[in-house]
Amino acid sequence: MAYDSFNILTSTAVPLPIENVDTDQIIPARFLKATERKGFGDNLFRDWRFNQDDTPKTDFVLNDATYSGKILVGGHNFGSGSSREHAAWAIYDFGFRCVVSSFFADIFRNNCLNIGVLPVQVSANFLAQIFEAVEKDPNTKLTVDLPNQKISLGAALGSESFEINSYKKENMLNGYDDIDYLNNIKAEIQTFAANTPL
Amino acid sequence: MKQTLFDKVWDSHVVRSIDQGPDVLFIDRHMVHEVTSPVAFLGLKNRSLPVLYPERTFATADHNTPTINQHLPVADPLSRNQLKALEQNANEHGISYWGLGHKKNGIVHVVGPEYGITQPGATIVCGDSHTSTHGAFGAIAFGIGTSEVEMVLASQCIMQPKPKKMRITINGSLNKGVTPKDVALFIISKLTTSGATGYFVEYAGEVFEQLSMEGRMTVCNLSIEMGARGGMIAPDEKTFNYIKGREFTPEGADWDKAMAYWKTLHTDEDAVFDKELNYDGAEIDPMITFGTNPGMGMSITKAIPNASEVEGGKATYEKSLEYMGYKEGEQMVGKPIDYVFIGSCTNGRIEDFRAFASIVKGHKRAENVTAWLVPGSHKVLNAIKEEGLLDVFEAAEFKLREPGCSACLAMNNDKIPAGKYAVSTSNRNFEGRQGPGARTLLASPLVAAAAAITGKITDPRTLI
Ligand code: SF4
Repeated sequence: MAYDSFNILTSTAVPLPIENVDTDQIIPARFLKATERKGFGDNLFRDWRFNQDDTPKTDFVLNDATYSGKILVGGHNFGSGSSREHAAWAIYDFGFRCVVSSFFADIFRNNCLNIGVLPVQVSANFLAQIFEAVEKDPNTKLTVDLPNQKISLGAALGSESFEINSYKKENMLNGYDDIDYLNNIKAEIQTFAANTPL
Repeated sequence: MKQTLFDKVWDSHVVRSIDQGPDVLFIDRHMVHEVTSPVAFLGLKNRSLPVLYPERTFATADHNTPTINQHLPVADPLSRNQLKALEQNANEHGISYWGLGHKKNGIVHVVGPEYGITQPGATIVCGDSHTSTHGAFGAIAFGIGTSEVEMVLASQCIMQPKPKKMRITINGSLNKGVTPKDVALFIISKLTTSGATGYFVEYAGEVFEQLSMEGRMTVCNLSIEMGARGGMIAPDEKTFNYIKGREFTPEGADWDKAMAYWKTLHTDEDAVFDKELNYDGAEIDPMITFGTNPGMGMSITKAIPNASEVEGGKATYEKSLEYMGYKEGEQMVGKPIDYVFIGSCTNGRIEDFRAFASIVKGHKRAENVTAWLVPGSHKVLNAIKEEGLLDVFEAAEFKLREPGCSACLAMNNDKIPAGKYAVSTSNRNFEGRQGPGARTLLASPLVAAAAAITGKITDPRTLI
């Protein structure tokens, strides 16, 4: 399934200045029982968002109307732990299209790229600046410019470039996914497989 | 060119390399389970694609299964539905399926090696991060997301850039009461949960050479907890003896051919790693975690560090201790606990149950402790019975459950209640991992056994 393409995104951001946010927090295991990719946004950060009686925890940022937007900004080592793509689905389904952090766990980063959520890795300094700017003024807009690989807090506050390999960049810009690519080289794979005994 | 073990296996599986992009990596064996596969099968259906090589795919039900009364229909409708979906998908595509009640059923990373699916030099993936377990055999094995599960089903390939290489060498030997789990928790405590992100790890040195295959699996299993893509150990005689004669192991001329290849699977002298770390086996103690990630571990004899002594943000550290109900500077030994969980793909094999039995034999379960003993597979369950361990457990008032992931991720009913402390042989102590509000202390089967009979955190060396 191809996904939404990503070009330039300008949006306010939701700050989550916590380190080592693991995928068990992003979506707890007990919500992984679906057989379709639907409705995971409802349980995004379930146990940080809701009390055990399902009432919202008012001090959690996703329940705070001050902050909104399509960009989620997290602390160092975001997305560690389990390989569950459901974490990326939940983030997407909730309405985020981009996650910014100073460091991402490997599998989570891949999962995001595979479904069209852009992971943007910035320096620790720039991350601190984003948190500060957004907390000072929740209307602060970030611009994530994929063609130029640049993330900006606006002229006054500065910007930084980010990395993405050119293959993945092309995919994100066009909404292509890897299966399209792999399907196109099927014959080559079959030849390889024939020479690779089980 | 001088190559590392990792280079040898990776490079020989590259179908093509994309300039400034990932490698297309051929996957020898793919394991699927009920939780991360249904959306992938749905994706195939939407694209009208078949499974390209069903004979390279193996399915087992484990994450979502009950661990008591497995002969009865699964009570939770959502779990039942997911299990049914896996069975249907496996049948429709001609994939071997070891469902609930099947004599080969068990946790995916436990059954793979048991039946010889896991072999040296192979590339193995599964939609579960602890796929790194299979690296114990000198395979490249790692966890993937559901989009990648779909890719492997459709094309037997994934697309990833080649990771960097790290070697962790530990020489010397381990002290009494120190297990492979402690070795891994020790490394993670040094590296933190992101210290190996971007790397594939090779474990080398006398300590790993001396470990049994099961011990090596425990270590490789936990590679992901330091952020690594995976971890591997060069195959040796122990590896070859372990796999010989298993159901999916090659035989006769194929075995000889395979052996000729497997014997080349070691890092060449002078091969270069991007990073090298060295430790001494003698510096490792029995370990325990006190916080909410596997990097927050220490020698069981130590006190909880102050925020000023640890890497990372103070606020995150304090949040973690608050969740655990602990304070900086407190000793762990002597703290009361409520639950003990022996199981998971980290420590749910027969040697783990033997270790547990070696401590509890002749004692009784502490009255304040609820203990869940969950074998990793039917094969482990049967061995527990055949070796007389069940009698030891029953005499000590422990009950044995049926195989599955169980409280490792608490998707079924095996949930630790909020606020309760569980000494667990599994792999993750994240907030709520073992149930909403549950407080997990990761440790070895020996530490878990000592806690189970004393009702509190106890250095197992005082009981050996
Ligand atoms: S035991 Fe735990 S870590 Fe292992 S496969 Fe099951 S859920 Fe994953």
